[in-house]
Amino acid sequence: MIKGRQNKWAVLFVGPALFFTMAFLLYPTINTIGLSFMDRYSENFIGLQNFIYVFTSSTMLTAFRNNVLWLVVFTACTVGIGLLLAIFLDRVPYEKLAKTLIFMPMAISFVGAGVIWKFVYAYRPPMVDQLGILNQVVIWLGGEPIGWLIERPWVNNLALIVVGIWIWTGFCMVILSAAYRGIPNELIEAAKVDGATEWQKLRYIILPSMKPTILVVAVTMIVNVLKIFDIVYVMTNGQFGTEVIANRMYKEMFAFTNFGRASAIATVLFLLIIPVIFFNVKRMKEEEA
Amino acid sequence: MEPRSLFGKILMHTIIIVLVLIWVVPTLGMLISSFRPASEVLNTGWWTVFKSPLEVTHLTMENYDTVVERAGMGLAFRNTFIIASLGTLIPVTAAALAAFGFSNLNFWGKKIMFGIIIGLIVVPLQMTFIPVLRIYHQIGLSGTFLGVWLAHTAYGLPFAVFMLHNFFSALPRDLFEAAYIDGASVFSTFFRIALPLSVPAIASLVIFQFLWVWNDLLVSLIYLGGTRDVAPLTVRLASLVGSYGQDWHLLTAAAFISIVVPVVVFLGLQRYFVRGILAGSIKS
Repeated sequence: MIKGRQNKWAVLFVGPALFFTMAFLLYPTINTIGLSFMDRYSENFIGLQNFIYVFTSSTMLTAFRNNVLWLVVFTACTVGIGLLLAIFLDRVPYEKLAKTLIFMPMAISFVGAGVIWKFVYAYRPPMVDQLGILNQVVIWLGGEPIGWLIERPWVNNLALIVVGIWIWTGFCMVILSAAYRGIPNELIEAAKVDGATEWQKLRYIILPSMKPTILVVAVTMIVNVLKIFDIVYVMTNGQFGTEVIANRMYKEMFAFTNFGRASAIATVLFLLIIPVIFFNVKRMKEEEA
Repeated sequence: MEPRSLFGKILMHTIIIVLVLIWVVPTLGMLISSFRPASEVLNTGWWTVFKSPLEVTHLTMENYDTVVERAGMGLAFRNTFIIASLGTLIPVTAAALAAFGFSNLNFWGKKIMFGIIIGLIVVPLQMTFIPVLRIYHQIGLSGTFLGVWLAHTAYGLPFAVFMLHNFFSALPRDLFEAAYIDGASVFSTFFRIALPLSVPAIASLVIFQFLWVWNDLLVSLIYLGGTRDVAPLTVRLASLVGSYGQDWHLLTAAAFISIVVPVVVFLGLQRYFVRGILAGSIKS
């Protein structure tokens, strides 16, 4: 490090990044919080009216309910299946191939995944041939075709959540797999010598050792869920009771040009995300320490 | 956890194979349907091709011709490429400069500035759309590639600075000390020492940012609007879902065009990709 200060060099190196983040992130955030107390065209101060709308209107309540459903099912399944695969795939010869295939959806866009799965869910009346593989499987099993994206409130929301799980499980698997490999071998060997059963090893050694990573991954998934947008936008656009917070924000902004409400929704989203991310950062720091 | 019984082993392999099938079959259906003629796609399920595997001659490129020409996926591909290339180059450059500045220079307000930039990772993009779009309208940046590049630059920066700063800080101090004693300027230490040593980190970041921008829907939707001239693949594909509804032969071909580059990048550079993803696990 050169002695003394290098303010002029700093302007050159740090200046651009500082400008971009101030202009596109910090200033707009403060501005949006202000706009959330203003009317639709940001002309008059209207107090908490937008927030009252956010917490009482039936569409927003549906959106909150769905985000909670996403939060529980999506997080449990991505982390659960990711953990299962991390542990199972460690002991099969085709590990690499299976991991590549399950991780691949992570590389493609949510829009692409949405189209792929819309085709999986395609519905046609029972008297004609089905085009969607899922309804065909239902028929092979002796059932009737189902309108997966239309049946409310559980079937269609779960159908959307499955797409999210399909995209993100590989991510959880990769991170959890790295953590699983990091468990000291002596621990597991010692348990074996003591005659522990498979279940006991899992319950008392593997899971406790992996707990910090599982938490970080789960929290990352929760942040994803709160901001979930593309899948819903492409597959149902929030129709049939599948609305979510971020899609509603987009609609208030573009379809209804109500900038007050859109800002209030964004602000609520922000407030929901902050504590979750701080929790994650704190955990990471603890791990480093 | 080695299942000891034969039953346990069979169960484990069955679970894995079922899961892998669930992960592969949807994409396989898309791929097959995109090469089948419309008359077949719209009347029989794609899995029926396995009943008569000798009829490969039925396969056609017609769906691709249609979506590339008539549905504008060719133009959208070009747009995505333009958006993703500079949408990667600008933020990675700005982040590399800033990360070097924060790890190697002394200047006024360094800690606070660093804290603010990194702290902005928590801001969901939704918090920024309305004010930025209003400014864009005033200065004529809405609906332009420049507007999207700048937005992607800002949105990518907090995480990119965080990641590269970690990397630069871990480089041995002596290297820089020695260079300065030999009379090297700040610039030449950056270009001759810091950059060459951080090629792996920058490669991961480039891939991560490139795929992020390539796959982005929301930022383009907000700042480019629905204009077809500038719409990227994601925006175009999403609007085709509305206009083509049940025309699965076209939707599957369009979807394949939109995912082919990320999939190739992923398969070719999986190692860097995984590293970027691991490092990026706190970005979201």
